[in-house]
Amino acid sequence: MNARHDLTVVDDTPVIASVRNLTKTYGDFTAVDGVDFDLHADKIYGLLGRNGAGKTTVMQLLTAQNRQSAGTVEVFGMPPFENGAVSADVCFVKESQKYPDDFKVRHVLTCAARLLPHWDQAFADDLVRDFDLPPSRKVKKLSRGMTSALGIVIGLASRAPLTFFDEPYLGLDAVARHMFYDRLLADYAENPRTIVLSTHLIDEVSDLIEHVLLIDKGRIVIDADADDLRHSAFVISGAADAVEKFVAGHTVLHRESLGSMARVSIDAALTDAQRAHASSLGLAAEPLSLQQLVIRNTTAYGRGASLTSDHATKESVS
Amino acid sequence: MDEGRPLFIQIAEMVENSIIDGGLAEESQVPSTNELAAFHRINPATAGKGLAKLVADGILYKKRGIGMFVTTGARDALRFRRRDDFADQFIRPLVTEARKLGVTVDELKSMLDNWEEAP
Repeated sequence: MNARHDLTVVDDTPVIASVRNLTKTYGDFTAVDGVDFDLHADKIYGLLGRNGAGKTTVMQLLTAQNRQSAGTVEVFGMPPFENGAVSADVCFVKESQKYPDDFKVRHVLTCAARLLPHWDQAFADDLVRDFDLPPSRKVKKLSRGMTSALGIVIGLASRAPLTFFDEPYLGLDAVARHMFYDRLLADYAENPRTIVLSTHLIDEVSDLIEHVLLIDKGRIVIDADADDLRHSAFVISGAADAVEKFVAGHTVLHRESLGSMARVSIDAALTDAQRAHASSLGLAAEPLSLQQLVIRNTTAYGRGASLTSDHATKESVS
Repeated sequence: MDEGRPLFIQIAEMVENSIIDGGLAEESQVPSTNELAAFHRINPATAGKGLAKLVADGILYKKRGIGMFVTTGARDALRFRRRDDFADQFIRPLVTEARKLGVTVDELKSMLDNWEEAP
């Protein structure tokens, strides 16, 4: 049981995009606030965060849909803005994408095929069948779920070396979402590329993503390997005095109590021996899921900054 | 998948379980990274890390261009290692729960002596 978690892999895959001190302001509102991160080749990223955290703005800046107020953006070694060489290798599937009014599904697909040099028509045809898209229907007559499915077909069949999906499944039911995950994984295995999935459905994608970027109020608060995060924080629950004794010295992320019972989240990777010790004290030590970890690291309504990770908010108990 | 423990370790343990229960015979080929990823709906890099751990442990070996195979002697090696973990994983929670209920170790022993597996 010992020494199992030390298989740390050095990240030696090439960087294909990087942002430094990236900032975007709208009037006196700062949407993206001095952000630094890299995207590596052939990885699936989860870009997570609450509504309004700045996820879409970051993707717009990386895909030249928008210009930064300060800082630098490089994609495939070049600034992406008005750069045809970069945009040929990038596909951005927007939430609620709009298409010209009288376009039919097949017109949209024909345009995508012409604009995206890595496009795979046979794969696109398969996906259109899988998602039951009617090729001759006008896009504006599609249901919300079907419009989302059309975006997914384009994003997958684009085979773009850098593909962004921004909340790609509004209106899609669970069956269609799982079809998306399955087709994504199967195609990614055959044709590795960098994929950035921005989503609220963290539990659904937590096993698919290799790396997590969590953004809160325009800042990156987590930039880490998804598997490392999986055991990086624990919830200790049981009799309050035993819980407090056990968590002493650890950084507390969250604390709840009910009568003589307490539940405390700590920002610490417990060893098997420590977990065994907790259980011998009659305490339950459960790891935080990615979803819970995101909740504990983002700003909640009405709680001010008391739960963010970058201020003096991780109260230390000693 | 069980939250909390690294996924690649869980993948490695699932392959180990198949080796222990004989589902994967020694010298037989194990599923590929992509097959494991698709079956468990996980990232292929994670599945690959699980297999790499088993190669590092000597449980699997690579045949270049063909795939991964179970090493001869892997089954006994795994059983031996799992026995070491047995006390931690099973006896400790048993004793903790027994203590909570006021069951003494002697009573536990006699429970085990009289334990008959259900038919």
